[in-house]
Formats: sequence, structure tokens, C-alpha cells
Amino acid sequence: MDLRERHEHDVLVIGAGGAGLRAAIAAKEAGASVGLVCKSLLGKAHTVMAEGGVASALGNVRPEDNWKVHFRDTMRGGKGLNDWRMARIHAQEAPDRVRELEAWGALFDRMEDGRMNQRPFGGHTYARLAHVGDRTGLEMIRTLQDHAVHEGVDVFMECTVFRLFTVDGRIAGALAYWRPTGEFVLFRAKSIVLATGGIGKGWKVTSNSWEYTGDGMAMAYDVGAELLGMEFVQFHPTGMVWPPSVAGTLVTEGVRGEGGILTNSEGERFMFRYIPDLYKEDTADTEDEADRWAAGDRVNNRRPPELLTRDVVAKAIVAEVEAGRGTPHGGAYLDIAAKRDPEYIKAKLPSMYHQFKELAGVDITVDAMEVGPTLHYVMGGVKVEPETAETAVPGLYAAGEVAAGLHGANRLGGNSLSDLVVFGQRSGAAAAESAAAEEGYREIQEDLLEKTIEEVIAPFGRQGGHNPFEIQEELKNVLGAKVGIVRTADPLQEAIGDIRALRNALKACSIDGGRAYNPGWNTWIDLRSLLQVAEAVAMSALDRQESRGAHTRLDFPDSDPELVKHNTVVRDEGGRMTIVMDPVPSPPEELRTLIDEGV
Amino acid sequence: MAERTFEVYRGDDHSGELEPYTVDVDEGMVVLDAIHQIQRTDAPDLAVRWNCKAGKCGSCGAEVNGRPKLTCMTRISDYPEDETITVTPMKAFPVIRDLVTDVSQNYRNNEAIPRFNPRPKDAEDGWRMQQYEVEKAQEMRKCIECFLCQDVCHVLRSHSKHEEFIGPTYFVRTAGYSMNPIDVEDRTEFLKERGGIGYCNITKCCTEVCPEHITITDNSIIPLKERVVDRYYDPIKSLVRLIRRK
Repeated sequence: MDLRERHEHDVLVIGAGGAGLRAAIAAKEAGASVGLVCKSLLGKAHTVMAEGGVASALGNVRPEDNWKVHFRDTMRGGKGLNDWRMARIHAQEAPDRVRELEAWGALFDRMEDGRMNQRPFGGHTYARLAHVGDRTGLEMIRTLQDHAVHEGVDVFMECTVFRLFTVDGRIAGALAYWRPTGEFVLFRAKSIVLATGGIGKGWKVTSNSWEYTGDGMAMAYDVGAELLGMEFVQFHPTGMVWPPSVAGTLVTEGVRGEGGILTNSEGERFMFRYIPDLYKEDTADTEDEADRWAAGDRVNNRRPPELLTRDVVAKAIVAEVEAGRGTPHGGAYLDIAAKRDPEYIKAKLPSMYHQFKELAGVDITVDAMEVGPTLHYVMGGVKVEPETAETAVPGLYAAGEVAAGLHGANRLGGNSLSDLVVFGQRSGAAAAESAAAEEGYREIQEDLLEKTIEEVIAPFGRQGGHNPFEIQEELKNVLGAKVGIVRTADPLQEAIGDIRALRNALKACSIDGGRAYNPGWNTWIDLRSLLQVAEAVAMSALDRQESRGAHTRLDFPDSDPELVKHNTVVRDEGGRMTIVMDPVPSPPEELRTLIDEGV
Repeated sequence: MAERTFEVYRGDDHSGELEPYTVDVDEGMVVLDAIHQIQRTDAPDLAVRWNCKAGKCGSCGAEVNGRPKLTCMTRISDYPEDETITVTPMKAFPVIRDLVTDVSQNYRNNEAIPRFNPRPKDAEDGWRMQQYEVEKAQEMRKCIECFLCQDVCHVLRSHSKHEEFIGPTYFVRTAGYSMNPIDVEDRTEFLKERGGIGYCNITKCCTEVCPEHITITDNSIIPLKERVVDRYYDPIKSLVRLIRRK
């Protein structure tokens, strides 16, 4: 068999964004031998694109801030479906996780007194996001990457894991191939942490890169883990809409955090018409009040409605376009030039300035940007234990976007970068601890390895089948049209049929060329995961007959007070993808009061 | 929509040639879009690295008409309509396939840099720094590791001194650590010996190609060179060292 290269580690981490790197560091600190495998070069994972900042209740800018306010904001933003224990851990531990980055070399922007500065963001009561201009993710990934390398983590880059194995009920290893050569490699491990990120590559308009194909979710599902809340897919309200080739590229929420306003083709600042009851008390109801807040008086004025949660803003933009008040290219105007001078904009939003200048020929210090919703994040994912991030499969952990629970039905901006470091750390520490209790490495059957390899090289032996890129395009069309920002039963039902047909078509694909750095073959393998996860999203979206957070059903436009008690869970039952309702854990009385009535 | 002709390198480090492709070009398209279109229509096995497609990750560096560029930020309309656009891999590195090169030496060079080493905390909750102090280092921290500066640097491109010279990318990285207001590590010996900073003769090619507009030569390499000169080539200090050694 073509499997000469084999490695053994106490803990194997799959994915090298913020969560994977932080998990690898934690496992290493706990004394484990650690392998870190990633599909791209080190430092190119999706974290590098995060712009606005990392949320943590440091209380630097507003001393009134503390974990309780952050917890409450997160739970309200998630529309009641968050796992309260994850939300509490996250709010309590984020400040330490952010400060420790500074000890490892991260340089965040400062306040006058020399402490870390924080900026306001949607759904956060106080200015809470530690940031580095609009390139916070780059600073975090570079810091974590260099720290992990110097701590002695073994890095395997441009190496794609495509199958996990369990032996006697516990995780035992992972099979991967090197992208540069196409050679196979087996990783045996006592524990595995999944940190593979999201699923955005299934949609036409997305801010996500080629890597986001749901590998971790699909592989975990295949070995018995459950997928929770998959219907909750976040459309970031502000992606570029023009030119067509960059449609979907992210425009940071930091633009609105720094005072940017949203207007329609009639010049109206329309968000004032879309303030939900839940946020009425906390949101400015006149432009004057919003402007006074933006000018700096944040104690006596409420936040502008542009800083409502992402689900609310995205849907408002869609409604304006549908009402015929969209921009020439079908979006809304996002205007920072009207509120800030050019020097301020260039200092606070340098990469946005360059992005628009170079890709769209627009000078954002003079003109408004055209923006519209872009698929950005999935709140759903692998179901995990809140404290350890362990999945239903013993020894298998999941942290970051691949995991579910923290964000409920809608994620607040800035809560992803903090999620990565908080649960990355917890998963890595827990994985190392359970690895230490294992006697040795479990033997994976050689014939199973052989069969798995034969499956993935099968398309090279075929002729005249589909090109994998055609299937990918078709999937993007299906999900974009039928599992998009607003949903209805019939199209969702159709989408499930379409996805199943595409899964069959994928099986008949043929691949030209060799295995060495062959994007056609790589895409074919990734599509196996992506189609499986797409089916889980469509099934979960069909099952939830209400509108809540990021999930909007035209045929069920209201939230159902009964359904807030249940999460949608997808699991394998005898080879069939099955939906079950899982009770949402209820917070203790004091936290309940905190959520409903405030701190 | 207009048709344009591209020539793309197909092959590995031993052999290869420029392959012509016709691409339907839409408004605003960048060179990476053309490569992706070729993958979808003509050559699914055409190898290219990319991730963010927004100039933030530094994966898609290649040479467009011989100039090192991020292909995701290079608009096709920047080239005259009748001009053939040639896309070739970065010349300073061995080719793996097509536009993908072996950049692993860069990662080894990075590992050799003495790590960040902070002074004791100023307060229980960390350090106090002023914005103007952090901004100098932040310029270096903007580096997206696209390796275009490595590609254009003649020490690496023409003389292949990868083992003796860490290159502009990693002088920027070293400067990022050393300019961090709380860092106390001494990297001068590293810069002189393993870093090989003496090979740089300040032609500023690296600064010209940097997509993040980092003033690599003036703000990182020259100040680092000055430290090395102060330590090793200052005649009075050398004399003092000589006497002490005896």
C-alpha cells in the first residue's frame, strides 16, 4: 500500500488558525507531543482575514464593563439558543487570553494611558474590541504562529486530512495527503483537536476562502459526532458588491464602529426603521443622538442603529434593495467619509482604504462604499462539552468555528477571535490531559486504510466524468438561491434533492493529471465534505419552522417561543442523516435574570 | 466582456513552458480570477496558491509580466488591451508545480530568529505603551509573508543565498520584534551571522514590491544594519573589546 509515512503524537491538531494554534500551544504547555496539520501554508488560515477586533471585557475604555455584561450581550445576540455555560466561560476567560497575546508579542492599539484600546461593535453594550487598526486577525495569527513554532509544535503544512479513525470507541488517528506531492500520510494520535473552521465555500457570495469546506464537521460526523444548529449561517451585512469578481469580500464592521453610516438610494439613513424591540432601549432613535454618540459622548447617548446585530443589519439591507431603494449594484451605501476626516479613516481603517482603492477604484475618504450581505460564518457545528470542547467521540475535540454552542442563532462581531483563543486553549489542555491517560497508540486496521486511500484516488481511473469545479459552481448556485439569507420550505426541500444529486455526480467525477499539487483533485476531496455539510444545513433549515437570528423563514416569519427551547441536531442513524431536537440547557436563575433584566 | 490572452507557466522545476489560454474578462477582474477561470474551463490541474483573495494573506504571489505581484490585487485592466499577460512562478524559489513554489526555506529562516522576549510586566494587567511607540513596530507587523520581497532581492533571486541570508521578509520580522517597546532580546549577533544582513546593499527593490507598502529598507534593514555596525565595526568599541579579551 502507498502509505509509507507515519507519525505519532499525543495530540494532533487539525487546522492552524487561531483556535488550532492556541490548542497546540496549550497541549504543548501541558507536556504533550503535538502535531499541527493545515491545508495551507502556516499563517494563511482564515484568522488572518479577521479585521475589526477581539471582544473581551477588559474594562479599559469603559470601567463599567465586566464579564456579566459581555455574557448578557452574547446571549441576547444569540437569541436564546447559546449554550449558557460556553457563553459564561467565554466572557470570563477572554480578557486573560487577550492579555497573554501581548506577552507573546502582539501589539494592540493603545489608549492615552498606555493600556489596550477598545472599539465599539454591533451588539456589544460597551467599546470592547481590542484591535490593531483593521488587521487584528493578522496580528493574532502571526503572534500565535511564532509562539507555537518556538514552543516546539511539529507543523505539517499544505497537508489535508480527509478521514478520521476510531478504534474501540476512541479516536485513534487521521489520514491525510501532502498537497505538493499527493503522497499519503498517517497520523496516529491519542487525542485529536478539530480546528478546521467553517463552510462558506458552498455559497456564491462569501467572504470565505477555498479552505472553508466543512472538513472537520463532515469528518467528525462520519465517526459519530453530532452537528448542532447548522441552520444558523451568518450573512455579514457588509461585503463588497462591486466589481463582480470581488463580490463578497469583507468590509469590516469596524467601519460602522468608527462612525460609518448606512444609507439607501434616497439618501435615507434607513436603519432607524429596523430597530427590534429587544434593542429599542439601547439604541439611538434620532440621527442627532447617534451623531453625538459617534462624536464621543457615549455615556449620555445610545448606540447608532448601524451597530445592531449582524442578522438585523443584513436583513435590513436586503429589505431596502427589495423595496427598490438599493444602490446601482444592488446594495446599500456605507459612508464613513461623511463622518470622519481622511486622516482618521486612513489611520483606523488602512486596509479598507487600500482594498477599495485597489479593487474597486473607490476612495473611501471621499465616497461611500457599496455593500451588501456576504456569507461569513457558521454558528452551527460539532456539538461539544462546554468545559472541555470534547465531542460525542471520546478523544475528539473541536474548537473555534467548527464547534457549535457559544453563539446560538447569531454571533456578535469580535466574539469569534475571542472564541478561538478561549476554547482553543481549553480544547488543547483537555486533549493533552486525556491523552496522558492513554496507554499507547491504537492500531488502525491496515485494510481500512487501504480501502480509504483507494476511494480517494478512484477519480484518476475514470474518463469523461464531470470536472469537480463544475460541481462546486452548481453547489454555490443551489445554496445561494435556495439556502440563502431568506428561506422557504419548498426551495429548501428542492435544495436537499439537488445536493443529493450533486453527491452522486461527484462520485462519477474524473480527474486529469497527477496527484502532485492538483487543485482539481484537491477540490474533489474537499467537495465530499462540503456536500455532506450542505445537506445538514438544508435539512436543519427546513426543520426549524420559525425565524430566529440568522435563520429567516418567509413561511414562518416570527420567532416561536416553544422553539427557543430546542436546538436542531443532525446525527447519523444507520447511515441516514437524521434530525433530532435537543433541549437547550437552561441557565440558573441568577444568570436568567441577568439576561432578561441587565446587570 | 472581452477576450484576453494569457500565458501561464506549466511545469515543474526541471522542465516546463508557457501555455497560452484565452480568458473572458469581466469588469474589475484580477489576474487570480483569470487563473481560476482557466482552472474551471481548460485546466483543472493548474496549480496556484491562494486564500483570502483580498490582499490580506499573501498566498498568491507570482510574477505578472516579470514583476512580482499579488495576483489577487493585480487588475487585468492595468495592462493594455492588446497585451498578452504572462504569469510565471516566483523565480527565487524552486518550482513545485506551475505557479506554486517551494517556500519552506523561508519558514526555516523565521524559526532561527531569536524569539520575542518581553521585559517584566509594568502592572498586574500587563504593559503600558504609547500609541506612537507601537506604531513603529506595527508597520513591520503589517507583513503578510507574501515573499515578493524575497523574490525580487538579488541576493536570493540571482545568488540563491537562502542559507546565508534570511532576506527582507525576515529582517522585517526581526525589526517587528526589536521595535516592540517591551522586547529586551539582543538580536545583533544573529543579524550579522545567521541573518547575513551584510549581503544587503540597499538597492530598495524590496520596498518597491511590498504590497503592504512597508518601507522595508529605510525603516527595518538600515536601522538593523546600524546596530550591527555599532557593535562590530565601531573602531573604538572594537578596540575596547580587543583589550578586554586579552
